[in-house]
Amino acid sequence: MSTIELRQVEKKFGDLHAVKPLDLTIQDGEFIVLLGPSGCGKTTTLRMISGLETVSGGTIWLNGRNVTWLHPSARDIAFVFQFYALYPHLTVWRNIAFPLQAQGESRETVDKRVTEVAQLLRIEHLLGAHPGQLSGGDQQRVALARALVRRPAAFLMDEPLGALDADFRESMRSEIKRLHVLQHATTVYVTHDQIEAMAMGDRIVVMSEAAIQQIGTPSDVYNDPSNLFVARFIGSPGMNLVPGKYADRVVQMAGLDNRYAVPQGWHTALNKGLDGGSDIVVGFRPEAAQINDRGSLVGKVYASEMQGSSAVLHLTINENEIIHIRTDRLIPYPIDTLIHFDINPQMVRFFNPKTEAAIKPEVAQ
Amino acid sequence: MASFEETGPRTPVVEPTRVDKVHPRAKLGKSFRVILTLIVTFIMIIPVLVMIMTAFKSRADIVTPPPKVLFHPTLEGFLYLFTDRSLFSPSNLEAARANPGNLDYWQKLALSVGQKINGPSDYVGRLKNSVIIAGTSTILSVILGLFAAYAFSRFKIAGKDDLLFFILSTRMLPGVVVTIPLFLLYKQLGWNDTHIGMIILYTVFNLSFSVWLLKGFIDEIPIEYEEAALVDGYTRLQAFFKIVLPQAVNGIAATTVFCLIFAWNEYAFALMLTSQKARTAPPSIATMLGSGGLEWSAIAAGSLGFLIPVAIVTFVLRDYLLRGVTFGAVRK
Repeated sequence: MSTIELRQVEKKFGDLHAVKPLDLTIQDGEFIVLLGPSGCGKTTTLRMISGLETVSGGTIWLNGRNVTWLHPSARDIAFVFQFYALYPHLTVWRNIAFPLQAQGESRETVDKRVTEVAQLLRIEHLLGAHPGQLSGGDQQRVALARALVRRPAAFLMDEPLGALDADFRESMRSEIKRLHVLQHATTVYVTHDQIEAMAMGDRIVVMSEAAIQQIGTPSDVYNDPSNLFVARFIGSPGMNLVPGKYADRVVQMAGLDNRYAVPQGWHTALNKGLDGGSDIVVGFRPEAAQINDRGSLVGKVYASEMQGSSAVLHLTINENEIIHIRTDRLIPYPIDTLIHFDINPQMVRFFNPKTEAAIKPEVAQ
Repeated sequence: MASFEETGPRTPVVEPTRVDKVHPRAKLGKSFRVILTLIVTFIMIIPVLVMIMTAFKSRADIVTPPPKVLFHPTLEGFLYLFTDRSLFSPSNLEAARANPGNLDYWQKLALSVGQKINGPSDYVGRLKNSVIIAGTSTILSVILGLFAAYAFSRFKIAGKDDLLFFILSTRMLPGVVVTIPLFLLYKQLGWNDTHIGMIILYTVFNLSFSVWLLKGFIDEIPIEYEEAALVDGYTRLQAFFKIVLPQAVNGIAATTVFCLIFAWNEYAFALMLTSQKARTAPPSIATMLGSGGLEWSAIAAGSLGFLIPVAIVTFVLRDYLLRGVTFGAVRK
């Protein structure tokens, strides 16, 4: 179908950057998720691709065609809104047919295509209803149908599941994913829900403070966050980030006198990455901690949380630092017990607190 | 505690648990409200009823001290309203009464009060002027107001707030204050006593109102609908007609009625700026008071005829109005 390319695209409101100049290339048929907290510029980026927002600088290329200043109607893209934006005065059938009628399709074609897409989304029985009579999920299905019916070059979705109930959101999530697989359509999907992003995206673009923080597959951004923001933002709970001092292949963590011996393969990288300083942040996912009576690190149980398939222990390692580790759900840990644990050497990451950037390991790790 | 697996619910619940009965006191309250509404409605409608009755009363019945509720209806008032008449001299009257053979109903009616019909009065012409001037100016102010309101609502306009305030400020002066300058201005322009002059005047006067009112209604329509239409392949103008217009219909109806009522009832400007050709109904009904005594029945009949067009428009638009005049407070 088509590729989308943003070259140094930026958006300014007055002196304020809503989106700092960014480059992004979206491959044909790819499902890209723009992920970030509210106000990070992800929706503005999406709206610039659609043409609903003008750019302050840079160019947008759709399938090799410069569409930067093209009217939204001339871009051949479909937009799915968070609050559906179904025309309330038209029936479902006419809502879906609306974009086709703009193209002046014949009555038979419109009929055929609307029926097809209604079957695909299983909403044939709703065609005569008005949007106001439908549930949120059905409204979103109609909105998707309206986007699909035109067979556009790309789909842009702005938090399409944000207004739905939690359990409904999950089934719609798989439905959208299924549609994407069936249609193989280039999709840009905006969300602030990192679970949604992980579940759906081929690649995730993590944004914060008007700039891209990291672009990568869900596994990339989860396992190898490029900076402290991504490490904190991705995962529930996020990555544990413990500050300390690095000297002589050992990180001295503040508080309970934890000394962490840095695994093989990191030493030169750390020397280089810290640039002579000694301040460091050790990062590890909750599941990277392995409880072990002879473990080199220790924390005191602050609270424990049963999460069904596993439990999460909250440990204090000093007065104001709480870390989370995932444990077996069957073993109870009373509050204030001291827990010894190790970090899986494959899953530890290091950050430079001054630049906030991740330190890359040596290649031969 | 016994678990359900062992015993199951002890007794199945078969009767509906919802209580649909309304407490007698609540019922009483409802009928009380209905009665109160009827009484208030009746009080409000008394002037209209008196006007309708007066229009059908004879001259003698109108001035009888305790007002008559039961009376012989007559069309005298309408005769006075629609015709120019002169008195028969006593001898001619005798002759005419003696030989009424080929007179029609109205001529006979005139004869019974000793008068002769000379020709139609100018009432119908005045009413027609009112319809033309009020109707055209209402349509113009709603259409222009709609486009202006849309622009103010949707686009970034330099000095938007100042412009809106300026538009509103045109209504801050009482109309009477500007009648003299307007009179002089219109005299210079040759717009005195012309339809076009009055239409422009009323349009300008209503425009500020319609811009502000319609802007409120358009602000309430989420912009996403148009954005959806834009990406669906429509131009902004198409989106306006296909998406915004159908949803603004309540607001448009409300604005139309308000503008129409203003233009229809306007008295001061019409009195100053029109004389013959473009004179509207309000000043002409008032001048009936002067010519040849107080023809109360004619005035009542004239006012009745004056009431009907606005009543019809309001009735036609009533479904939209309920939601429109409450300014979005009532949702379907």
